[in-house]
Amino acid sequence: MRISRRILAGLATASLAVTATSCGGGGTSGSFDDTVTVGILHSLSGTMAISESTLVDTEKMAIEEINAAGGVTVGGKSYKIEYIVEDGASDWPTFAEKSKKLIDQDGVPVVFGGWTSASRKAMLPVYESKDAFLYYPIQYEAQECSNNIFYTGATPNQQSEPATDFMYKRSPAAGGDFFLVGSDYVFPRTSNTITKAQVKQLGGKVVGEDYLPLGNTEVAPIISKIKKALPDGGIIINTLNGDQNVAFFKQIQDAGITPSSGYYVMNYSIAEEEISTIGPEFLEGHYGAWNYMMSIDTPASKKFAASFKKRWGADRVVADPQESAYNMVYLWKQAVEDAGTFDDNAVREALVGQTFDAPQGPVEVMPNHHLSQTVRIGEINAEGGFTILEETGVVLPQAWNQKHPSSKGFACDWTDPSKGEKYKL
Amino acid sequence: MELLLDSLFNGIAIGSVLLVAALGLAIVFGLMGVINLAHGELMMLGAYTTYVTQLIFKLPILKPFYNSYIIVSIFLAFIVSGVVGILLEKTIIRKLYGSPLETLLATWGVSLILQQFVRSVPLAYGTGLIISLIIGLFLPTTFSSKIKESINFKYFKFSSWIFAALTGVLTGSVISSSVSKLSRASARNVDVTAPSWMRGQVEIIGTAFPKTRLMIIVITLISVIAITLFLNQSAWGMRIRAVTQNRQMSDCLGISTEKVDIITFGIGSGLAGVAGVAVSLLGSVGPNVGGNYIVGCFMVVVLGGVGNLLGTVLASFGIGIMTDLIGAGRFLSIWPDMPLPLSNTINFFATTSMARVMIFALIVIFLQFKPTGLFPQKGRMVEN
Repeated sequence: MRISRRILAGLATASLAVTATSCGGGGTSGSFDDTVTVGILHSLSGTMAISESTLVDTEKMAIEEINAAGGVTVGGKSYKIEYIVEDGASDWPTFAEKSKKLIDQDGVPVVFGGWTSASRKAMLPVYESKDAFLYYPIQYEAQECSNNIFYTGATPNQQSEPATDFMYKRSPAAGGDFFLVGSDYVFPRTSNTITKAQVKQLGGKVVGEDYLPLGNTEVAPIISKIKKALPDGGIIINTLNGDQNVAFFKQIQDAGITPSSGYYVMNYSIAEEEISTIGPEFLEGHYGAWNYMMSIDTPASKKFAASFKKRWGADRVVADPQESAYNMVYLWKQAVEDAGTFDDNAVREALVGQTFDAPQGPVEVMPNHHLSQTVRIGEINAEGGFTILEETGVVLPQAWNQKHPSSKGFACDWTDPSKGEKYKL
Repeated sequence: MELLLDSLFNGIAIGSVLLVAALGLAIVFGLMGVINLAHGELMMLGAYTTYVTQLIFKLPILKPFYNSYIIVSIFLAFIVSGVVGILLEKTIIRKLYGSPLETLLATWGVSLILQQFVRSVPLAYGTGLIISLIIGLFLPTTFSSKIKESINFKYFKFSSWIFAALTGVLTGSVISSSVSKLSRASARNVDVTAPSWMRGQVEIIGTAFPKTRLMIIVITLISVIAITLFLNQSAWGMRIRAVTQNRQMSDCLGISTEKVDIITFGIGSGLAGVAGVAVSLLGSVGPNVGGNYIVGCFMVVVLGGVGNLLGTVLASFGIGIMTDLIGAGRFLSIWPDMPLPLSNTINFFATTSMARVMIFALIVIFLQFKPTGLFPQKGRMVEN
């Protein structure tokens, strides 16, 4: 199943490449008929800068790659992609303001941007009112399906659901009780609501749940709760954000909550970049779930990691969010070429059904503006990477989660005017 | 029994982090009446000092002493934050005594500058700069009085600053060439790893306690004892208390109030540096690490009663124990079959974020009845 899809996707890209070169005329690298300017909008200052600047680097790299291969070909003319980078400054209203600037003043046909859900929620009304298009590359809590946003990150059923399933059925702590820890904002709370419903379905038990206010690093009460609720080990689902992970893992290790004493932590926000910041010695033996992991042993994955290192330095790593950012630039290019115009509505229509042979394997754009993706479960190793334990087939995205009580039985389909954002299945 | 011990230990552990962070502020804000919003950033400098010390102790010459780096960094952090504090007092705060609003804004500005400083200056050169500041400030004080009184003293002073600057540049480039991690500026958070003897846990009366937590409690205890002894037993401590009570009278009696201000502020800032070492053991070290603690610090000082160390101590342990009791839902374990509405309420507040809400609410209510805190004392309001 997987292999046939991969071949199909390969054929699709190959045929696209053929059409691109045949239509391109003189559009080889170096000589372009025209230029097109796109917008890149991430935080380059403030607390989110560390994470979001890696996306800017990846998007720049993807654009450079496309340009080197002849640019975008629209209506027989080859366009060189240029970009304007704007700084969202880790401040959500600034994201909305800069979006307006990019759309109105610079007239860009597309904006690649955002990381936090808060920034996306701030930008959403801008894109909807101006009928512009935002490409958003981060794994998130879903429960949203805008006609003006294209989501290339995982939805909960493409990350947390397979991960919970793995922890309950096949991890060393299989059958154990669950404890949920997260930062206090929308993603952990929504994700944990879904996990609770799923654990109940599986026949397991969630024995506790706690949220740390953003910026707080005092984990002592959570540790005593974990010890009380899971005296003999169990499964901990961790959705803490950023630096709070450092405090959490340092302190739980000191308190004896380690894999060797039967506690296994499944993480949804720790990728290769975060492992190197926290230190693999604190994380070894715990788990992570992502669509892309740097240790994927395929030519596409290796090529992606190698070109990133070549472009930005040998000590840099690539992780899931960067892979999503990389994919979205290519998918936009393909959709524009298929549509034969930069016009939003035509591109939006052409986008659905696009396939791309991504570093993680083949992905396809679904009618709900999300991607079908492969899910991987990895164990964190001493070298700071993941040892991949499991790999699902291609999982279709659910914009409206089927385990969350508020969205059960709903779906999203933008290709059918009678269905739209949220229709009953 | 075990439950009680566990709860008490947790409360003291949380409280001691608050206390060590608030202790310096209790002196600067409590005794001097200066609202120093850069207090958190002085903590951050202490935390970064720990990180730099850790890396320097990994160099081949110092490798045998690696396990003791944390002790060394406590003293270094005190000196680094103290010196930056003294510089802050000499250049900015001194001009603003008696105008709390302007002090508040100015120190907030300083806090932003310090945050950006660690982001955009390589730590090796930051270290060099601090070293030259230390030499520049203290070298002139070591000159004999004969030199000090000579008319050429300003040249001596000037040349000592040149010497300091050269030493700073030299150490900066030596560190940057020998420790590659310090040679590039980075906004990324860094990590302090406790030496092996401080990791893991110890068993006391059948309950396991994390060693880093015990270490923080020890640091806090020593700081509190040292500062109490200093204020109550030493000559300078007596002068500080005298100036706190009546500035004009102390001035008339020949106490150099200017020197007292510098020393008080320097000690308060130095204690912030020590707090930085303590918090670096708990989480990661980054430009924003201090900002996370500043609200808690002011809360503790106000609750304890401005200008009273005992109040600060009791307030921080009080908040620590309450945080644990509410946040971990201990009341339910003490009284398992309480009526349903009550147990639901307790469960609702038994998360870390809701416990914080509850604590703040309780403090607001408390301050309604005792607006001057637990132990009200009339401190020196500089403007009087």
